[in-house]
Amino acid sequence: MPRVWKFGDSVNTDDILPGKFAPFMAGEDVFQTFAFHYIRPEFAAAVRPGDVLVGGRNWGLGSSREYAPQALKKLRVGGIIAPSFARIHYRNLLNLGIPAFEADLTKVLQDGDEVSLDVETGVLTRGVDTFQLPPPPDFLREALREGSILAFFKKYGRFPGEQPGEQSAQGDP
Amino acid sequence: MTAASSPHPPDRPQTMAEKILSRRGIRTVYAGELAVVDVDQVMVVDSIAQSFIGRMEEDLAATPKFPERVSIVVDHVAPASTVSVAQAQKEAREYAARTGVRLFDVGRGICHQVLMEERLAQPGWLVLGSDSHSTTYGAVAAFGTGMGATDIALAAASGKTWLRVPESVKVTLTGDLQPGVTAKDAALEMIRVLGADGATYQSIEIHAGDRFTRGERMTLANLCVEAGAKAGLVVPGGEILTDYGYDIPDWVYPDPGAEYVREVDLDLSNLRPRMSAPSEVDNVHDVAELRGLKVDQVFIGTCTNGRLEDLHAAAKVLRGRRVDPSTRLLVIPASSQVMEQALEDGTLLTLQRAGAALGTPGCGPCMGRHQGVLAPGEVCVSTSNRNFIGRMGDKDAQVYLASPAVAAATAVMGRIALPEDLGREPVRGAV
Repeated sequence: MPRVWKFGDSVNTDDILPGKFAPFMAGEDVFQTFAFHYIRPEFAAAVRPGDVLVGGRNWGLGSSREYAPQALKKLRVGGIIAPSFARIHYRNLLNLGIPAFEADLTKVLQDGDEVSLDVETGVLTRGVDTFQLPPPPDFLREALREGSILAFFKKYGRFPGEQPGEQSAQGDP
Repeated sequence: MTAASSPHPPDRPQTMAEKILSRRGIRTVYAGELAVVDVDQVMVVDSIAQSFIGRMEEDLAATPKFPERVSIVVDHVAPASTVSVAQAQKEAREYAARTGVRLFDVGRGICHQVLMEERLAQPGWLVLGSDSHSTTYGAVAAFGTGMGATDIALAAASGKTWLRVPESVKVTLTGDLQPGVTAKDAALEMIRVLGADGATYQSIEIHAGDRFTRGERMTLANLCVEAGAKAGLVVPGGEILTDYGYDIPDWVYPDPGAEYVREVDLDLSNLRPRMSAPSEVDNVHDVAELRGLKVDQVFIGTCTNGRLEDLHAAAKVLRGRRVDPSTRLLVIPASSQVMEQALEDGTLLTLQRAGAALGTPGCGPCMGRHQGVLAPGEVCVSTSNRNFIGRMGDKDAQVYLASPAVAAATAVMGRIALPEDLGREPVRGAV
């Protein structure tokens, strides 16, 4: 059963994956083994597919580098729940298809709690407790149904929320 | 672009962010709406080039829709530090040659500085960068924002991106800075007041009148992302209007009566030099509180404070003085243009004679990959924009963020210091 890994406020992208272990520094095959290298060195070896990360506010502040969420994707993290996300990181999570839910569960969930997370409904279950997580905005759900925004774009040749064939009024810069 | 009025006249007053995204989209938009918008320039840095190329060629099977709107800048680990970095940079060069996108190679400088110098960010433009400090373009009223490799590739492939139109925080700067107090101090104070997530998902719109040079506006806009902002737009004024020949459209100015989620007024005349202590940027203190702390390394450079005026501020403090033997000083100009000007006017000679180690224009050790990373327990005063744990080297190293003048004074004393503390420091010969 997936477990909870609990973190505090302001977990930044250098916490998630220190820049010096980016794939082109550490190697494409191993960079994910440095996830949370400084703040939870045991994480990468012990995390199991589907495990849920529960963080405090402003999760993912810092760099735009996609390697941080990519490392979590490679470790097959099941989802991230935090009261607020830094915006570049939030986009990166959605682009890679990592479910991100804006909710504060740091007080009720503990490290190692066994949980199940239904990504489609946003229902998180721990024993007899259930928590309804707020769904992502409609247009993002539209994209997540295809797996990611990249997958959506590949399938439809446009962005979620964009009407087919719409042209903007502006020309070249 | 011309100064013509917007093709989508608004039905109520708009912020700068709303105006630029309306202009670049198909309809008038307001905060909270989703907009799919045309992108004027897409910037890719060396450290994500491999991911970008992989997304473009393997995932999307696409070529850049407008190659002239895509720039690759080799700046984050330049010159290359390892074979794998060299390989990634080689692939970036080959990709640029293959597709016709611009390439700014090793030594040209830091992406944001280079794009500004090359006029690839203009008032009213939308500029996406694969670097979080792409908010810097707001210095000239361009909506600059950072994104990851996937978003950047989608924008290069389509010429567009999707954005949630941000609410705006209005920051009004009034009063004149005291001598020795800089735009960096104003920016750190703004972050202190807003907090590191105080403007998450939002745009910061800075009203500063005619105060500040273009470089100072870049420092202000650059640091907006450290309050979580999607963009940091500085209302055009001062030398932006007169010195660079920008075509500033009338529509780009915010409307009176535009709606802001928060308004912050900062009186600069009371401001004292500021410093961010480890390990969050909003841990802002008066430098005087931290004075005397032993420092192992001082770093002057980066997209925040590596411009000519920053090197001038450092040289003014260092002229005729020497870096304390217990400290080392790294100086890395933000671009080849900055380096050339600083060579011509003698600034680099002054810094060299004071004991600075000079580096190739680029990001330097800011993100901890090369050229001056820190050992366990070491303390660095840096003019950069982040002091996260482990960012500039070992996790037990500590980074303090400050202005170039404070950094230079610190290098002379070997301890955190203000320029005014150097009064009794002997001046060792004229330089």
